Amino acid sequence: MTHRIVEALVERFETAEHEVSHGQDVVHVPRDVWLEFATAARETGFEVCVDVTAVDWLRSRPDRYQVVACLLSMEHELRIRMITTLPREEPVLDSLVSLYPGTNYPEREVYDMFGITFAGHPDLTRILMPDDWEGHPLRKDFGVGGVPVQFKESHQVS
Amino acid sequence: MAATPPGNLMMTTVDRAARWARTRSMFPATFGLACCAIEMMATGAAHWDLARFGMEVFRASPRQADLMIVAGRVSQKMAPVLRQVFDQMPDPKWVISMGACASSGGMFNNYALVQGVDQVVPVDIYVPGCPPGPQSLMHGILTLHDKIMSGEIDH
Amino acid sequence: MGDEKTTEEIDVWVAGTEAPQFSPTDEGSQEISRDESDYRLREQLGSVVDDDYEFDDEFGEDDERMILNMGPQHPSTHGVLRLQIELEGELIRRTKPIIGYLHTGMEKTAEQLTFAQGPTNVTRMDYLAPFHNELAFSLAVERLLDIEVPPRAAVIRVLMTELNRVSSHLVALATNGMDIGALSIMTYGFREREFILDFFEKTTGLRMNHNYIRPGGVAADLPPGWKDDVGGLLRYLPPKLDDYDDMLQANPIWESRTRGVGVITADEAIAYGITGPALRATGVGWDLRKAFPYSGIEDYEFDVPVGTHGDTYDRYRVRVDEIHQSLRIVEQAMDAMPKGDFRIGDRKITPPPRARIDESMEALIHHFKLFTEGFKVPRGETYVAVESPRGELGCYLISNGEARPYRMHTRAPSFNNLQALPIAMADSMMADTIATIASMDPVMGDVDR
Repeated sequence: MTHRIVEALVERFETAEHEVSHGQDVVHVPRDVWLEFATAARETGFEVCVDVTAVDWLRSRPDRYQVVACLLSMEHELRIRMITTLPREEPVLDSLVSLYPGTNYPEREVYDMFGITFAGHPDLTRILMPDDWEGHPLRKDFGVGGVPVQFKESHQVS
Repeated sequence: MAATPPGNLMMTTVDRAARWARTRSMFPATFGLACCAIEMMATGAAHWDLARFGMEVFRASPRQADLMIVAGRVSQKMAPVLRQVFDQMPDPKWVISMGACASSGGMFNNYALVQGVDQVVPVDIYVPGCPPGPQSLMHGILTLHDKIMSGEIDH
Repeated sequence: MGDEKTTEEIDVWVAGTEAPQFSPTDEGSQEISRDESDYRLREQLGSVVDDDYEFDDEFGEDDERMILNMGPQHPSTHGVLRLQIELEGELIRRTKPIIGYLHTGMEKTAEQLTFAQGPTNVTRMDYLAPFHNELAFSLAVERLLDIEVPPRAAVIRVLMTELNRVSSHLVALATNGMDIGALSIMTYGFREREFILDFFEKTTGLRMNHNYIRPGGVAADLPPGWKDDVGGLLRYLPPKLDDYDDMLQANPIWESRTRGVGVITADEAIAYGITGPALRATGVGWDLRKAFPYSGIEDYEFDVPVGTHGDTYDRYRVRVDEIHQSLRIVEQAMDAMPKGDFRIGDRKITPPPRARIDESMEALIHHFKLFTEGFKVPRGETYVAVESPRGELGCYLISNGEARPYRMHTRAPSFNNLQALPIAMADSMMADTIATIASMDPVMGDVDR
């Protein structure tokens, strides 16, 4: 039972696809309408952007990265998740900071951990790792980086 | 028996008095990082009461502290800060590595943590636990006191 | 001898009269020569007083400002938070929080651990509210597995998380008070917390970082005699909370240090994604336990305390009221505890009781598979959020059909709440910084993960 607000929002964008994932509304938004969709969502009543995060699919999907933004409407008590895909060669996406100032730190974290740049972000620098760190830790081709421990011959840390 | 340098052949009362003074009013520096810091604060609080050992005054300034209890996980970004604070402490100084993460990296064997704080500073006592309860930390502190009193740790 | 000295007029110069006649004396070389031509210097020396003089050249903006670095090793920054503060005298103009000093790579570690080991990792993020971390993770896994925990497990979860809220707010109160200078609150807050931690130790085995709430239920049943313990807590705590109110609520020093300090308006809070007591203190009554209830919490009666001004005093007041409300929930949970299993009976998810391993081959195999490989979770992605003492604590979990998460991301409330620090601290005094940070109650393990 999708809320009419979500339905109306999705209808305004032809390229956006809506799915229900375990009872939650998820909208797959192509990256060229990312900011537009977020603006429309904000106007419709999604006042809070709860989080922005990313997933690295490495080789299992044609586009390597997915960026996920979770929006929340306190007025209507609704949540919606926007997901977009970014290709391996050009991981750039519009920043949501102009709409939701609270995405400043989460987008910096995504940049730090995945190397995805956000166009229009006021201060896109490393936030969790030291400034001179090389590499983006949460990418799948970045190893865990553990030290060899006795009796842990298995490649998994656990 | 370990060889003792000539100066210690006669245990002077001054030596003993110095050791007694050092152990009875050891001021810890605040270096609480993560969960172990909360247990360290609990050890200093009313129930477990570090004050009976003269140690409830956690000095914020490392210049006024004797003991650095590294309580918590030390990340790559924090390691230079840890070293700098340790260097700023005047002699004689001791280090207790509190908890599994400080002693060996704990359950986080990954890129982000220094796998054991003894890669950065010399450690005198390792207190295991995740987090070590106040009893364990106190046992570690009292062991340090005993070792200093007996002369086993002589810096 | 007497004739060479000229007597002088009164040395207070009043604006509007003529310039005084200063004649040099040959006695006392300490006297500064009076025919200093620079008017400004004479004014500074006190030889001229003029209140409507204007300087020709203003001091440049940069001359007044100083950059001060606070932390990461600091007694009052609640962990390893580093603040770069641009000060103009005692006023703060700009602030930049620098975090990452406690980054532990927990999200990367989560990809290496099985779903049953996940709570051990997640529980150390917000180490003052470990049950909430575990709950968010377990709820996310259970949603992907499409299972429901038994009613007793749900009520135990509510009991433990609400007690954890009380202990976390006690620490917030204690550190808040200590930072402002009310040192006795520190000892009282931790003393009360010890009794709650005793109960936690009895139930889960650990005082902190319990790994108790696991996918499928909880790890162990409540210990015998738990009702007496919880009842004792419920009788012991309220009079102590009244003591704190006597000490702080109408205390003029406390009020002047906290009222009007670190103000965040409701619009700012919503724009920056702030949740939890910091948001409720601004007047927005948003609580996930009421809006998106989980674990059966909609069956309990409790109010959501709301503040008005969004300052430090209101945040303190909201936390104290939340302690009272949580004790109400704990009492209802205690009375309504159903009998039954404390974890789901599905043998593919829950390990068998230890005694069964001796009797049944199947139990042995299940135990082996569950602890070496772990249970597999079907493909999917979900986001589940709980109301932790700091705000919305969410777990975004993606499973690839294997026994380990493909991606586990925690939406940390303190991470987002820290973005409001520069706003709350703008144009306030340096001393108010400490009060503001303490009232936002960031836990750096949550911020840096």
